Amino acid sequence: MIKYFKPSIFVFSTIPFLVITYKIFFNKLGPEPVKEITHFTGEWTLIFICLTLSMSPLKKLTNFNYWVKVRRMLGLFVFFYASLHLFTYIGIDYRFSWQPIFDDVVKKKYIFVGFAAWVLLIPLTITSSQKMMLLLKQNWKKLHRLIYVIAILGSLHFIWLSKTIYFKPLFYFVLIIVLLTLRINFKRIFEK
Amino acid sequence: MKKFKYSEITPEKIYKNRRSFIKSIGLGASSLAISTIPFANKSFANERDKLTSYKDITTYNNYYEFGTSKGDPYRNSQIFKTSPWDISIEGEVEKPIKLSMEEISEMFVSEERIYRLRCVEGWSMVIPWMGFSLSELLSKVNPTNKAKFVEFESIYDPTQMKGQRYPVLNWPYNEGLRIDEAMHPLTTVVTGLYGKKLPNQNGAPFRIFIPWKYGFKSAKAIVKIKFVENMPTSSWMWASPREYGFYSNVNPNVDHPRWSQATERIIGEGVWAPRVKTLMFNGYGDEVASLYTGMDLKKYF
Repeated sequence: MIKYFKPSIFVFSTIPFLVITYKIFFNKLGPEPVKEITHFTGEWTLIFICLTLSMSPLKKLTNFNYWVKVRRMLGLFVFFYASLHLFTYIGIDYRFSWQPIFDDVVKKKYIFVGFAAWVLLIPLTITSSQKMMLLLKQNWKKLHRLIYVIAILGSLHFIWLSKTIYFKPLFYFVLIIVLLTLRINFKRIFEK
Repeated sequence: MKKFKYSEITPEKIYKNRRSFIKSIGLGASSLAISTIPFANKSFANERDKLTSYKDITTYNNYYEFGTSKGDPYRNSQIFKTSPWDISIEGEVEKPIKLSMEEISEMFVSEERIYRLRCVEGWSMVIPWMGFSLSELLSKVNPTNKAKFVEFESIYDPTQMKGQRYPVLNWPYNEGLRIDEAMHPLTTVVTGLYGKKLPNQNGAPFRIFIPWKYGFKSAKAIVKIKFVENMPTSSWMWASPREYGFYSNVNPNVDHPRWSQATERIIGEGVWAPRVKTLMFNGYGDEVASLYTGMDLKKYF
């Protein structure tokens, strides 16, 4: 059974991609199709960030080691959906007209943090292989803590682009804060 | 409110054919039929002025009283009670009045008014409203010489409007116009849509529509119109004064602090359709630019 665990997580992770592809080709995107693709890929990026961050708390909670084994793969899906999200914005929405895109990145704080989060995902993606893990040794863990920063930037991106924080932006923000708080070793802090 | 018999309602297809017929007989004859609509006369040459479908207009709405996602208003407003409904006109007027919707529909004749709607979020529609100029209604009272602005208050009823159970905005929804803006012939009291009764999700029974301003200025389900001396603080100004100004005229040169207003997406176009350039005053500059001569529109956004 256990050998199917990782492959099935992989298959589940591709479902959002299949759904949005289906919607694009069968015209099921509603009145504002480009916004729909942008929001869909953006929200799934956040969901995968949350999933990635839930793996080690889940391991502690369930005493089931395999959660952490799929963590890197889920992280790669974060990059995959984030890149689709970015491509939708640059390619489909703005059709590669670089001037307005450049203006947006510099002037609009929500675009700036979103773009920054995507850039920070690049080193994590490049160093995601087993080989790189061995090569970087202790530094690998330190480098991959960047996901905490990325998670916060991603959630700010959502809050700042929305007209109101109710309810989804608030939901993801709280969820990410909870997932990050679970990592703080309170015992150690109190002993100090 | 006037009840429409089913037979009186024009199906969307016929409605659209009729429009293309009017289009085909040319500007001369058509301007006879719809000469009261400044925008319509100019519209024929432009592909971007194709009417948005009834379905999109009635299922894709920003109406936070019924929820913050676009489909919520349609889903959550169907049992909203729009009758009986009274509108009071009060404040700095010699004699305040209160009118029922029945009285209003008897007093004023609605006509078809095709206007473009530009949302502050960067999308737009073209909507065939039914309505009459707000100035006709406001002329039923005599404002005192203190009156400088008109404030619009929407209904507060959290039992029927579940969005109002949360502090999403400073309920009840509040909007305002300068008196000359409110008296401008383009400022419309909306009573219908596509020749039908106005659906609840679009602001029934009584909403206003100001075509040269971002959509949120056009308050829905209004119960109170108040003449006031000082500039009112609208709900959106109250939520974020830096982002939403009192005027909120459509202006491609003044960006919303968080997103650009230079372009917009037309609702109902396919996924591969490009953005189009947003027009100053949403294309109604000839009619309304004179209201703002000498004003720095960057400062008074």
